[in-house]
Amino acid sequence: MKYNVVVVGGGHAGCEAALASARMGMKTLLITTNFKNIADMPCNPSIGGSAKGIVVREIDALGGEMGYCADRTLLQIKMLNVKKGPGVRSLRAQGCKVNYPNQMFKTLNETNNLELKEATVKELILENNVAKGILTEDNEKIYSEVVILTTGTYLNSDIMCGHEKYKGGPHGEKNSMFLSPFLEKNGIKLIRLKTGTPPRILKNSINFDEVKIELGDDEPLTFSNFYPATYDINKQYPCYLTYTNKETHKIIMDNLDKCALYSGMIKGVGPRYCPSIEDKVVKFNDKERHQIFLEPERSDDIEYYVGGFSTTMPHEIQEKLLKTMDGLHDVKITKYGYAIEYDAIDPLQLKLTLENKVISNLFTAGQINGTSGYEEAAAQGLMAGINAVLKIKGEEPFILKRNEAYIGVLIDDLINKGITEPYRLLTSRAEFRLLLRHDNASIRLTEYGRKLGLINDEKYNIYLNTLDEMKILNEYLDNNYVTPTAEINRFLEENSSSQLYGRISLKNLLKRPEIDIFNLLDYLKVSYDKKIADMVQIEIKYEGYINKTKEEVEKMLKLENKKIPLDIDYEKVSNIATEAKQKFSKIRPLTIGQASRISGVNPSDITMLLVYLKKEYNND
Amino acid sequence: MDDTIAAVATTIGESSINVIRISGKKSIEIANKIFSKDVSKFKSHTVNYGYIMENNEKVDEVFLSVFLSPKSFTTEDVVEISVHGGPTSVNKVMELVLSNGARMAEPGEFLKRAFLNGRIDLTQAEAVSDLINAQTEGSRKMALKGVDKTIYKTITELKEKVLSLIANIEVNIDYPEYEDAVVVTKEMIRESNNEIANSINQLLKNSKKGLLIKNGLKIVIVGKPNVGKSSLLNALIDEDKAIVTNIKGTTRDIVEGSLMLEGIKIDILDTAGIRKTNDIVENIGVERSIEAINDADLILFVIDNSEGWTNEDEEILNKLSNKETLVIYNKSDIKDDYSVKKLEKYNSINISTFDRKKIDILKDKISEIFDLKNISQSNYAYISNARQISLLNKCIEIIEDINAAITNNIEIDLIEIDVKKLWETLSEITGEYSSDDLLNEIFSKFCLGK
Repeated sequence: MKYNVVVVGGGHAGCEAALASARMGMKTLLITTNFKNIADMPCNPSIGGSAKGIVVREIDALGGEMGYCADRTLLQIKMLNVKKGPGVRSLRAQGCKVNYPNQMFKTLNETNNLELKEATVKELILENNVAKGILTEDNEKIYSEVVILTTGTYLNSDIMCGHEKYKGGPHGEKNSMFLSPFLEKNGIKLIRLKTGTPPRILKNSINFDEVKIELGDDEPLTFSNFYPATYDINKQYPCYLTYTNKETHKIIMDNLDKCALYSGMIKGVGPRYCPSIEDKVVKFNDKERHQIFLEPERSDDIEYYVGGFSTTMPHEIQEKLLKTMDGLHDVKITKYGYAIEYDAIDPLQLKLTLENKVISNLFTAGQINGTSGYEEAAAQGLMAGINAVLKIKGEEPFILKRNEAYIGVLIDDLINKGITEPYRLLTSRAEFRLLLRHDNASIRLTEYGRKLGLINDEKYNIYLNTLDEMKILNEYLDNNYVTPTAEINRFLEENSSSQLYGRISLKNLLKRPEIDIFNLLDYLKVSYDKKIADMVQIEIKYEGYINKTKEEVEKMLKLENKKIPLDIDYEKVSNIATEAKQKFSKIRPLTIGQASRISGVNPSDITMLLVYLKKEYNND
Repeated sequence: MDDTIAAVATTIGESSINVIRISGKKSIEIANKIFSKDVSKFKSHTVNYGYIMENNEKVDEVFLSVFLSPKSFTTEDVVEISVHGGPTSVNKVMELVLSNGARMAEPGEFLKRAFLNGRIDLTQAEAVSDLINAQTEGSRKMALKGVDKTIYKTITELKEKVLSLIANIEVNIDYPEYEDAVVVTKEMIRESNNEIANSINQLLKNSKKGLLIKNGLKIVIVGKPNVGKSSLLNALIDEDKAIVTNIKGTTRDIVEGSLMLEGIKIDILDTAGIRKTNDIVENIGVERSIEAINDADLILFVIDNSEGWTNEDEEILNKLSNKETLVIYNKSDIKDDYSVKKLEKYNSINISTFDRKKIDILKDKISEIFDLKNISQSNYAYISNARQISLLNKCIEIIEDINAAITNNIEIDLIEIDVKKLWETLSEITGEYSSDDLLNEIFSKFCLGK
């Protein structure tokens, strides 16, 4: 056999899956229809955002590529939610849709054990429901131990704009017509989803005097947990903000029958959190205006992305609509907005490793699993790649728990709750988000990455050094005290903090909400690394809330440790609701904790299940 | 829960009819074996006339009701047999039911099945359990309220309020760049907190009254030896329970009696006199008296008019601390209209334990202090269950935490951790949140796994 692992699809999931597999020593082949579309960003070339920025940090901490690649090619970066608590801070970068894919392609080419091939896959080679390789549309058979499908939105996809509808993938590419019918024939349940993208416009047709400028942050920021920023903070590309108005809304209402969405052409379910402009105007008709973001797409700064304006209106209406808005009265469109409808597989058929329950040795990751977003795709790609290798090696699978990473939340949600619309990570999906912070991604995950063989010595030493520095600073704060001198009291007064009357450790002083570690260390004339100081400060200041969250984690883990025997017959569990019985039989949760998170399962069903386990298995 | 259980569902010996209830898969089969007609042909929810038979002999003439699964109290097949009163007949029929395949139900087991089968939720189960244990008319009324889901409705409204706040905070976090959602401010949280705290405090206030109805009042009689405490107890409960002698220190242990006032049960404890003594047994009695004082809802402090204020009275007064106290000036037959200046701040009454009219006035006074008339007639929703009350108190603590965090200028997304906790705690009250604690609670309550 020539390959251990074949990855089908070169998007964000495919790249991470192939890199993880090759870096873990497996002979890996990445097949994609067109090299040009490797690590493509067909929607907004933005990486990160609320929760998603933290996922990129996690991918990086585990030895994935997305964070580093984004750092090296970004146009603008900022930290979101800086005025809120540390648990919800997250990076968002405006990337370059030319340089990011080029950088990723370069990395793929330079990676040992990894081969790339241009082809479209038609079928899997199956033996007794075990994947053994793939068959291309040119009827070439390629054998492997494991197949990872990361086909994005290319399965049986339709492009829709106005009343036009044609078969095809994103930006006019050829789609994959045969693979999803083949999967369906072999017992895999398909679902139909929809997503969309707004028009792109020429930069030199925008009147920048009429729009609001939005700059990047003025301090260096990185997704990477290991390497410092290399971009020039003064040469970041600004974004701009404009608004729709009454005229825009009127044109939309007058032309609803002309757009694909409202003419009944689209059957797939679109994401609620990313509505088209038609949707926004119809559903929130009390709003006088909606924000529209004009964002650079590439370093040569020709084209702009019209954020918040995803549409399926016919071309001439799109143009009319854009021209109603400030800054865009003379706009020139380079690409029109469209909607795409595609096949995904029902993630309820997946294991926590992302291996399929119906066809073994088949893993899937990314939009094929019903998610949306580059970051969600990359995270799954990485996890599928890792678990595919572990399966080949006969080792224990690598599962991240909900209290360890957003990646854990993402996969646990997917396979237990299933989806009715493309799944996007949100901070609200993470019940322990105060533990899943931007700052501590490396503390949480780098050891795992190292054990898996994905963190090289250089990165690992940087990580160990960070731990050391944190320890030193922590000990300094613990072991040093201030006494109530006039000088310190003046410092406290300047920071609107109450006076000292006795000796207090620096650590306890830092627990005062108004005392900032940077100010304190500056006052004490102690030099520090800003990132290290911030990490130490968060652990000290928010200790109370962090401990509260940890107590909740303990509760969850207790349920998580209540294992459900693999041979359980749910038909015999009396008095659980029929819906719960069906879901349990289909998903076959491994623990009571997992069972309780399945959608449609009520607390009373869990009680009944516990009663049954106690009776039948004497399970405590 | 595969076996079939049976029990006499009514109190044996008192009524002219007793009901035997059978629940489980084999109820119909068992009933069929002992009934004169074919029970399997009866429709659900029918009452059928016939005989209980043993070896072709009539045992009793009965009505047999059939409730087929799932439309029964336990959601299982249920048969109820109304047999003639009197222990002989009931015992004979029970014996037949058990020898034909049913197992004797444990106390509360029908209720347990109803709960485990999802027929009733936890609040209802608790209320039904209260109903079974209800001692008075008032507590029965209240238990029925629980089943009515009045509490459920109130808590659900509070939950919705908290949830919408949480949702709004989440939107602020996940969509920081969009201005569409209202930005939640600390003032908004404080305002919502106040509203919720008010509702909860009202529930707690009602629950105090509810507890009074359910558990009744505890009244403790204190006073120096031989001041007439035991006579007062006897006069109040109208029976000779306490031993009355004129030797000081006769009552060495606490004696209990009870009476009903306005439908509310009142337990009265007569304490050993509180005095310094070398007698070990009497000393134990004194210690118990002090414990009883701490537990009491009302202290009746008895003073001997004929002796006036003494050092011993002073000692007792010091032990009463801030307890609700009614001063009883006893032996008005010897000396009338007596009072002690020191005790002016307390309610007081002059009585003689021999004077029935004075005792009735005392009863009215007690009823007045606790507003018993109104409580027993009122209709508001009570929470009387200890688990629910402790959860409501926990909610108040959480709200205080949140308010403190707001004062300390903590970021809203951190405060939200406690807001979520508040939501979960409210959900736990209605049993709709499956935390491990709740499950443990349920398991401990229903002794599962035996």
